[in-house]
Amino acid sequence: MVMVGLPLAALMWEATSEGTQSFRDAVSSPEAVAALKLTLGASLAVAVLNAVLGTITAWVLVRDDFRGKTVVNAIIDLPFALPTIVAGLTLLALYGPTSPVGIDVAFSRTSIVLALMFVTLPFVVRTVQPVLQELDPELEEAAHSLGASTWTTFRRIVLPNILPGILSGVALAFAKAVGEFGSLVIITGNIPFETEVSSVHIYGRIESGDSAGAAAVAVVLLAISFATLVSIGVIRHFATRHDR
Amino acid sequence: MKRLLSRLGLRTLALAYLALILVGPLAVVFWRTFEDGFGPAWDALTTPETLNAFKLTLIITAIAVPVNTVFGIVCALAIVRRRFRGKGLLNAFIDLPLALSPVVVGLALFLLYGRDGWFGSWLDDRGIEVLFALPAMVIATIFVSLPFVAREVVPTLREIGDDQEQAARTLGASGWQTFWRITLPSIRWAVIYGVILTTARCLGEYGAVAVVSGRLQGETETATLRVQERYEAFDLAGAYAISIVLALIAILVLVAMTVIRPKEGTA
Repeated sequence: MVMVGLPLAALMWEATSEGTQSFRDAVSSPEAVAALKLTLGASLAVAVLNAVLGTITAWVLVRDDFRGKTVVNAIIDLPFALPTIVAGLTLLALYGPTSPVGIDVAFSRTSIVLALMFVTLPFVVRTVQPVLQELDPELEEAAHSLGASTWTTFRRIVLPNILPGILSGVALAFAKAVGEFGSLVIITGNIPFETEVSSVHIYGRIESGDSAGAAAVAVVLLAISFATLVSIGVIRHFATRHDR
Repeated sequence: MKRLLSRLGLRTLALAYLALILVGPLAVVFWRTFEDGFGPAWDALTTPETLNAFKLTLIITAIAVPVNTVFGIVCALAIVRRRFRGKGLLNAFIDLPLALSPVVVGLALFLLYGRDGWFGSWLDDRGIEVLFALPAMVIATIFVSLPFVAREVVPTLREIGDDQEQAARTLGASGWQTFWRITLPSIRWAVIYGVILTTARCLGEYGAVAVVSGRLQGETETATLRVQERYEAFDLAGAYAISIVLALIAILVLVAMTVIRPKEGTA
């Protein structure tokens, strides 16, 4: 509690130490606003991509059967195990200026989405997978034999059951994406107003000695993280209440 | 027939997604690193600065992992077995490091231990170096890897219930004995799983350490900071070589996770 609470208290203190006016100035400076807009936009895009691709991946891992599934299942956790800075460097190796396949998205906004997709990949898969495992395949079989198409079965039978899982996975991915730093510093080039996200913006302010300004922007990120955690709590609450 | 097609289609889509995002980039780095054989990679790894960076990473991990393991078990026991005021708050706080930006964590510690920070002048008077030195880096690493053990242990503790613990108590075991003989053996796989995740996080921490370390080459530079430094010095081979070592550790972590996961339910 002290470990987590005290530093955050110091952060709040610094952010407001020079009065609310300077707090507002720091947060509403054009560069800070541009960075925050970019962060939220990219994180939302990545959250949506995760919802779709993560759910498909979880479905394939649970309902499908093929050689090497154990390996594929293990690889899902790679972003949890791989240092983020290494993630950024590896993405740059394939999708950067020296790309062997000729795709170069480095230092563009696409690269932000790419890096965020990498680091958030496991969240939706890992929250949907256990729920799908619990879900009886016979329900789906029954729907099929009654003439429902694959899509209808998914929409009417599977989706309502896994929706809380998808939502909490998406929320976790969103929180992670908003705060991501390590994987972005190399691949995005950190160009202000172009590819500079909030965490990089905060880092820049610290480096230039503006710790009050950095703290002000950090408080905004902190509030977003906290709100996301609360909404995950709410989703879980409703999901388990439904079961009882 | 249509169902088979859609099944194959989804499988292809999922595998292509994983290949493009996860496997492909890593494979390219492996290929680039060993393009000219093992020699250049080995030379890049054995420079004094790089060796020192790895040593520092290992020291930090060796301190942070045991601390977080003990803390995680204690927290999990408190959350599951005890009732007290502010339990909900503890529950929320323990997840916060997962949702927080590492840069925000680093900044918060920077403001606490820096020269103008709350503890800064007190520490300065006594000549204790925290910021831009090992202590701050250890604290930052502990902060970001705080929740993993507790998060793994909490569900297991809930699942096993406290019947056995109460039985041990009635038979006259002390609280300490009950913990060592009954509780710990039944949560051991969850603890090990949590420790693996914590270790991976500690070895790979970048953002928080970047802020509090001051990145003094050869002094407060960890392996991950070294990757960035080598990249900025246009020494791509050096950056790749360090990355490969960290990636190999990550793969080991994945193997360990896969081996341990099925045992979780039966432990």
